[in-house]
Amino acid sequence: MSMTREESLTTSGEVISNYTINFGPQHPAAHGVLRMVMELDGEVIERIDPHVGLLHRGTEKLIEHKTYLQALPYFDRLDYCSPLAMEHSYVLAIEKLLNLEVPIRAQYLRVLFAELTRICNHMLNIGAHVMDVGAMTPNLWVFELREDCLNFFERASGARMHSAWFRPGGVHQDVPEKLLVDIGDWLETRLPRLFGDAMSLVMDNRIFKQRNVDIAVVSRDDAVAWGFSGPMLRAAGVPWDLRKSQPYDVYDRMEFDIPVGTNSDCYDRFMVRVKEVYESAKIIKQCLRDMPGGPIASTDGKVSPPKRAEMKQSMESLIHHFKLYTEGFHVPAGEVYVATESPKGEFGVYLVSDGTNKPYRCKIRPTAFSHLQAMDFMSRGHMLPDATAILGAIDVVFGECDR
Amino acid sequence: MAVLHSAPKFASNEGVIDAISETISVWLIEASEAHGEVIFRVARDGVDQVLRILRDDHQYQQLMEIAGVDYPARPERFEVVYMLQSLTKNHRVMVKCSASEDTPVPTVTTLWPNAGWLEREVFDLFGVTFAGNPDLRRILTDYGFEGHPFRKDFPMTGYTELRYSEEEKRVVYEPVELAQEMRSFDFLSPWEGARYVLPGDEKAPPRPEGEARK
Repeated sequence: MSMTREESLTTSGEVISNYTINFGPQHPAAHGVLRMVMELDGEVIERIDPHVGLLHRGTEKLIEHKTYLQALPYFDRLDYCSPLAMEHSYVLAIEKLLNLEVPIRAQYLRVLFAELTRICNHMLNIGAHVMDVGAMTPNLWVFELREDCLNFFERASGARMHSAWFRPGGVHQDVPEKLLVDIGDWLETRLPRLFGDAMSLVMDNRIFKQRNVDIAVVSRDDAVAWGFSGPMLRAAGVPWDLRKSQPYDVYDRMEFDIPVGTNSDCYDRFMVRVKEVYESAKIIKQCLRDMPGGPIASTDGKVSPPKRAEMKQSMESLIHHFKLYTEGFHVPAGEVYVATESPKGEFGVYLVSDGTNKPYRCKIRPTAFSHLQAMDFMSRGHMLPDATAILGAIDVVFGECDR
Repeated sequence: MAVLHSAPKFASNEGVIDAISETISVWLIEASEAHGEVIFRVARDGVDQVLRILRDDHQYQQLMEIAGVDYPARPERFEVVYMLQSLTKNHRVMVKCSASEDTPVPTVTTLWPNAGWLEREVFDLFGVTFAGNPDLRRILTDYGFEGHPFRKDFPMTGYTELRYSEEEKRVVYEPVELAQEMRSFDFLSPWEGARYVLPGDEKAPPRPEGEARK
């Protein structure tokens, strides 16, 4: 209990004491394990000191002890709400160091599934956000859609969440034709109907607006200075999207718009995500329309493993297979910083290679770090219940924040 | 070298090194471009000045990340790497400086408010201190943690483990006890990467530090 006695804004001159409360570490609205030490004046937040790191697992240290391929599944476990988007930065970083060409079909598949991941992530965040401010039904509806996405991931990779499907040089295996057809149908029927329905309950809802409009307004300059990225930056009116400005894979062939906000409050952040879902659907449709046939992984036998049938037939493939799954491939010495547009913002990987089969250092840039750090200045002067709305609009996941 | 990979493509690096080197020449040690990344190695004392110039005169508005790296063999073993991004020029650069345990790096919290946590993280995991950072607490490790876990000489298993003790009704910390010894296999092919000297190799001239065997 802190006991600073001072003049209060809310009690017209009467002297009361501020008090300090603990929000979390276990709190349903904390979206994970976040402890926030809040100093309150009545119900008005004066200061927030977020304590992170409760989910720190030393991922970066573990990666230093694994080969490049063995380190990949750790990325699924960072932001476990958008696993494929995490892998995307990592495989691109390796490919950049190797200067490895990825077949065009693999690039399309990656973009397709990265966007499906974005929808999947936004379903969770949008649902959780509306639930944080008191609505129950929309969350249950959008979770249906999230379930569909997870089923698609399962059909592609065999795992619902921790897919480990993006590999250096391409993707692990090709998708069944029926899956692409089903994704196409889903985009035409189920997604717009269910999502539109759920959002119609929320977007113009008076209670929802009262809880979100004009909450945590961040100016354009502040958003840039605080290192915001993704929907947080776009809600502040900065049309910045790495998919557009620094395109990777086949994003430069896609036509899509970047939704931006005007007021930079929690409601805008929410609406940017809602619009992004429709843009992602647009990108997926283009992928389905334009995706060519061909190999789904690099044809360089020194990086991507041979097919199983080939391995049984050819001596060379057998040697490649053995070498890749024991020693792994070597990556030329050097360092790169590769950042992609994950659903939550800029997710970067700073990869230092010393020329061996293991990364010398792999620094992960989580999106949540910069956003959560701004929690203090965003919530100052707001009421205690607004903190959950602000946190929901940040879209924070602690697997990624704490690493 | 032709670009074959499909990693993010930002604006061209052409002329960037020259334009920036000119303005930071006082502190600049080395400017390089490799793998499509522009890297400026600068003197530690001038890091804040260099970053201020990059932000104010060269439009690198955002500090995206500060990374620490440990190279135990060097006289100043740590490297602190700053990743900057320009929203207007659509370009990224890295600025790095070296540091040791007892040579503080000037803070950049005066330039970017989000540098606070990023510096705390480097301090927590590597033990690099930042002069002028008003709030240099640990951030990712446990309350009361000792040591800096991302240093190369810190074992991956750590030194302490914790469990809930039914007798004491609380969580207790104990020295790590491994039921099985930590296994670390050396799969490096002796023909291209092994660090040890192969029989007969001692006659060959020693290869430079840190360079992989080709």
